[in-house]
Amino acid sequence: METEVKKLNIDINEEEKKARELINKQGLRVLVCNGTGCIANGSNEVIEKFKELGADVGILEENKKMVTVPTGCHGFCEQGVLVIIPDFDITYVKVKPDDVEEIINSHIKDGKPVERLLYTDPKTNLHVYKNEEINFYAKQSRTSLKNCGEINAECIDEAIAKGAYRALSKVLEQNNPEAVIEEIEKSGLRGRGGGGFPTGRKWRFTAANRGGKSYVVCNGDEGDPGAFMDRSVMEGDPHKLLEGMAIAGFAIGADEAYIYVRAEYPLAIKRLRIAIKQAEERGFLGKNIMGSGFNFEIHIKEGAGAFVCGEETALMASIEGERGMPRPKPPFPANCGLFGRPTLINNVETLANVPVIIDKGAQWFSSFGTEKSKGTKTFALTGEVNNTGLIEVPMGTTLREIIFDIGGGIRNGKKFKAVQIGGPSGGCLTEEHLDIPMDYDNLIKAGAMVGSGGLVVMNEDTCIVEVARFFMHFTQNESCGKCVPCREGTKNMLKILEKIVRGDGEMKDLDTLEELALAVKEGSLCGLGKTAPNPVLSTLKYFRDEYIAHIKDKKCPAGVCSALKTYKINEELCKGCTKCARNCPVGAIEGTVKNPHKIVQAKCIKCGACIASCPFKAISLV
Amino acid sequence: MANTLFINNKECEYTNEPNLLEVIRNNGFNVPTFCYRPDLTQYGACRMCVVEIEGRGLQSSCTMPPEPGLKIHTNTERTRRVRKIVLELLLANHDRECTTCNKSGNCELQKYAQEYGIEDIRFAGKKPQDFLPIDNLNPSIVRDPNKCILCGACVRACSEFQGHSVLGFANRGSKTVVQPFAGRTLGSVDCVFCGQCQAVCPTGALTIKSDIERVWGLINDKDKKVAVQMAPSVRVALGEEFGLNPGENVIGKLNAALRQLGFDLIFDTNFAADLTIMEEANEFIERLNKGENLPLFTSCCPAWVRYLETHHPELLNHLSTCKSPEGMLSPVIKELVPKYYEGYDKENLYVVSIMPCTAKKAEAIRSQLMKDGRFETDVVLTTQEIAKMIKSAGINLAKIKPEKNDSPFGQYTGAGTIFGASGGVAEAAVRTAYELVTKETLTNLDFKPLRGVDKTHRTKEAIVDIKGTKIKVRVVSTLKEAEKSLRELIEGKADYQLLEVMACPGGCINGGGQPRSCDDSKIKELRAEGLYKEDIELPLRKSHENPDIQKLYNEFLEKPNSHKAHELLHTTYSDMFKNSYKDFSNK
Repeated sequence: METEVKKLNIDINEEEKKARELINKQGLRVLVCNGTGCIANGSNEVIEKFKELGADVGILEENKKMVTVPTGCHGFCEQGVLVIIPDFDITYVKVKPDDVEEIINSHIKDGKPVERLLYTDPKTNLHVYKNEEINFYAKQSRTSLKNCGEINAECIDEAIAKGAYRALSKVLEQNNPEAVIEEIEKSGLRGRGGGGFPTGRKWRFTAANRGGKSYVVCNGDEGDPGAFMDRSVMEGDPHKLLEGMAIAGFAIGADEAYIYVRAEYPLAIKRLRIAIKQAEERGFLGKNIMGSGFNFEIHIKEGAGAFVCGEETALMASIEGERGMPRPKPPFPANCGLFGRPTLINNVETLANVPVIIDKGAQWFSSFGTEKSKGTKTFALTGEVNNTGLIEVPMGTTLREIIFDIGGGIRNGKKFKAVQIGGPSGGCLTEEHLDIPMDYDNLIKAGAMVGSGGLVVMNEDTCIVEVARFFMHFTQNESCGKCVPCREGTKNMLKILEKIVRGDGEMKDLDTLEELALAVKEGSLCGLGKTAPNPVLSTLKYFRDEYIAHIKDKKCPAGVCSALKTYKINEELCKGCTKCARNCPVGAIEGTVKNPHKIVQAKCIKCGACIASCPFKAISLV
Repeated sequence: MANTLFINNKECEYTNEPNLLEVIRNNGFNVPTFCYRPDLTQYGACRMCVVEIEGRGLQSSCTMPPEPGLKIHTNTERTRRVRKIVLELLLANHDRECTTCNKSGNCELQKYAQEYGIEDIRFAGKKPQDFLPIDNLNPSIVRDPNKCILCGACVRACSEFQGHSVLGFANRGSKTVVQPFAGRTLGSVDCVFCGQCQAVCPTGALTIKSDIERVWGLINDKDKKVAVQMAPSVRVALGEEFGLNPGENVIGKLNAALRQLGFDLIFDTNFAADLTIMEEANEFIERLNKGENLPLFTSCCPAWVRYLETHHPELLNHLSTCKSPEGMLSPVIKELVPKYYEGYDKENLYVVSIMPCTAKKAEAIRSQLMKDGRFETDVVLTTQEIAKMIKSAGINLAKIKPEKNDSPFGQYTGAGTIFGASGGVAEAAVRTAYELVTKETLTNLDFKPLRGVDKTHRTKEAIVDIKGTKIKVRVVSTLKEAEKSLRELIEGKADYQLLEVMACPGGCINGGGQPRSCDDSKIKELRAEGLYKEDIELPLRKSHENPDIQKLYNEFLEKPNSHKAHELLHTTYSDMFKNSYKDFSNK
């Protein structure tokens, strides 16, 4: 293999310097989050307002003008729209268009921060000025998400100023694909899409088939409910992904690549398209990249939103124009992938970690994490915690740190009950798992998985059986229908769970459910099917009592399952006004005027009309 | 070179098997499967063939390539558990009216449910009121979606054999179904009726449309005379239904059985195959001389004819105008039998044909094959159907004493009999064309390059030197392969002068109406061997030497391609590209 050092026709350090100067010249940068979440909260209007009013601000101190920069996602979406002014080291949250005038007049012109728009710590009730002092950010260490929220994703100079394409330049100059693969191997990076397969090893397998046509495929078919880390990278820092792909292409000998993005991510698609065009114009993609002779063309394939297309063989079938159904492995994509050619398929977050590994070195990267899981991992933290959003923490961080430090604890002082990790393929973990370091192997051992990194925190008011039913409903709907265990097995698991939630469960159903779950896990064709029973298996393991309560006592301990609730009239509070009896659609309430009424349980359909109609709050659910 | 691995602790050898399932079967073990078919791409969906591999857990054996030293266990608690759950789940969702199902006794789901002792279905399934309507608007195939287990074999067969995808998957998850395009019926899509979909179907979801009762009706009607003819490849496959080996020629026994069933006259389509050669070889020579409409396409295969009519009407001029052998014999019988036999006239004479083919049922109702308001062939039965009739009549074909057929359409040559295997028509045509043109005797009658019916022999070629004129003969089986040859022609790159096409892989011996053989690709090779064996054993091996053929021309048809011959033996085609969707929707 040729390893002669190459002279490139673009000096990346020079480019970076120029880009920095360009940005410094801009003036006082007001960063307004323009990710999908903040756009939904009105970020476009906030940006318009800043631009409109900012035009009149004129020249500020140090000869600076004010400039509004729409950025990618900061991750703290629930507090959106977020506005950050780096020069003032301040973060504003929940900014509305009407607040813009005050920020400009009070802070930008007069230097007085607008306190009411600062984040309030739920524990101390104090205002927090600096971004890194907000508890949500304090314990994070952002690698793949680093630039998201700091740069305008539609402007390549902003990315270059932050070091984009430095790693690619290094790789092309050194001109040694083997060394790139070794570096990735040494870094200990593992696939961030769910399986956790060592990335370097995957590269090596694919590179072994170097010679003919090969492909790089980026899996951006992020489908787990609530997970949006890949979207954030594509929307907020697309060049990082493109650069990672180009490095991968160079390492394995591919000259063509596909990014498979769900069509439900229109903003990501738009920004990727812009980024590809700009990178091609600047000579970082396309033919003869930076004069190295290396060609790399990236296409975008919009997926139609089938969850199963996140499975690599189904994804490739979809790119080929076939029905998105997985096929058995072997043959592995490394040998026979897209269009029958050797194919490297990595997900967005994995590839986004590549440039920094090349740039800062494998050693730097592997200084984060645990023994077998290196680097950082993003998680989508949702559910009953105070701070929800997208976070990135070193592998090995405990659930307790995530939920109680970054997440700021359980909302409204309720009790923590469980956390669902890894989306529909993951499992439910409990109090006893709060202190285990989260990495690939520990989570598998506990019956969950890192998956794409969904974290749904549940409090005491959550019914675990209902949670299992919810996830089973999702996987059943998203099953591709190819193999029998997944197609028919999940359907019948769902039927059993529905039966239990409905109050018709029998004890033998639990055995059937468990037997089915095991068969689906062992017998299914692809990863989706093999992991689909995890929510059921883990909840059966850790919360069997709750299932039994539903079946034997016909009670939902969390009070969620409506079929298992009973409406009761408190005789002491009831004045006998007859309003409830008149409002009951099925005539289930008996009683005479001015005497306490009674609900005939056999007739009651649990619609709740009586509670709504009672003027004395005499009716309650038990 | 043989490698070894371990199956159930026994050291086993393997050579070039594509997957573990084949290795397992070749070493005296078996694992069940619904979706694996050796002639189709591996699919891995039914999960019945899972085996436990030490160090690798459960794997579907149909998709795992063998590796030296693997330690495989085919029958463990885990594999049985998965298989039993799969069976239970499939049965829960299945119309379990087995007793009246066309596939009963031949159904793989039924067989494995029995073997694995599935007695109790714990899962609530479809209720009869949820059953989907049965699609019986196709003249050859009946589709019962309530019996489909979604193994995808039919979808693959249609796409991989015929390049056609009449059937495909729709919806997803538990709502997935296999259906014709856009939920139409099988009667209103471009189906070519080859029947390969039902040949690979493990259950009663796709079956042959039965015409057995119509035939009993004809036989039992005292006022009707029923003549019967059977195609070359029926004789080497029918025996399988009665415990005989594939390839064993049962023509004499079949004659005897048919007479027992009550057919009045028994003729042989092989005779008509010789007749086809007389017409087609002369047609070919004429086209060669004129340099017109070349290459000549053979027209024996009704699925191929239908394909051209619906997909390439612009190429219909290449198609031989000869009817298929069966299509020739029926009008000849109706025209001439009354001249030879007393008590027979055109009105009371009916013709039943026994074919390896489901598309023949559709061919028989072509308007071009009608005469005096009646179809020339009245009923087409498949090999499977005649086997059922023979069984229901209490006849043991294996033991019945062979009998001869009736004259004057009973004698045949080896050229006629090899029509049943892909390449046979071309070989028979060349034998005759050579001698007709050169007036010399052909010494080597075996055109080996045109033979072979396995997966690797779907396109074959031979160059024949006829007195200095080099003729390139191309033989293809499956329409997917045929389409490639048509592409060459359309692009002006075709260098062949004669194109034989059979839609079924390997030709009629593997037709959609033959006894089920989809789990063993060797069976069609044995059937082909049976035909080539008969070819060698027959005293005459060239169609033009058949004395009955010579007599027919002398007494009635004058000469090949005469006016009379055209009237009875040739046909026309129509452009069905535009209205192919309407064609069968009302039938």
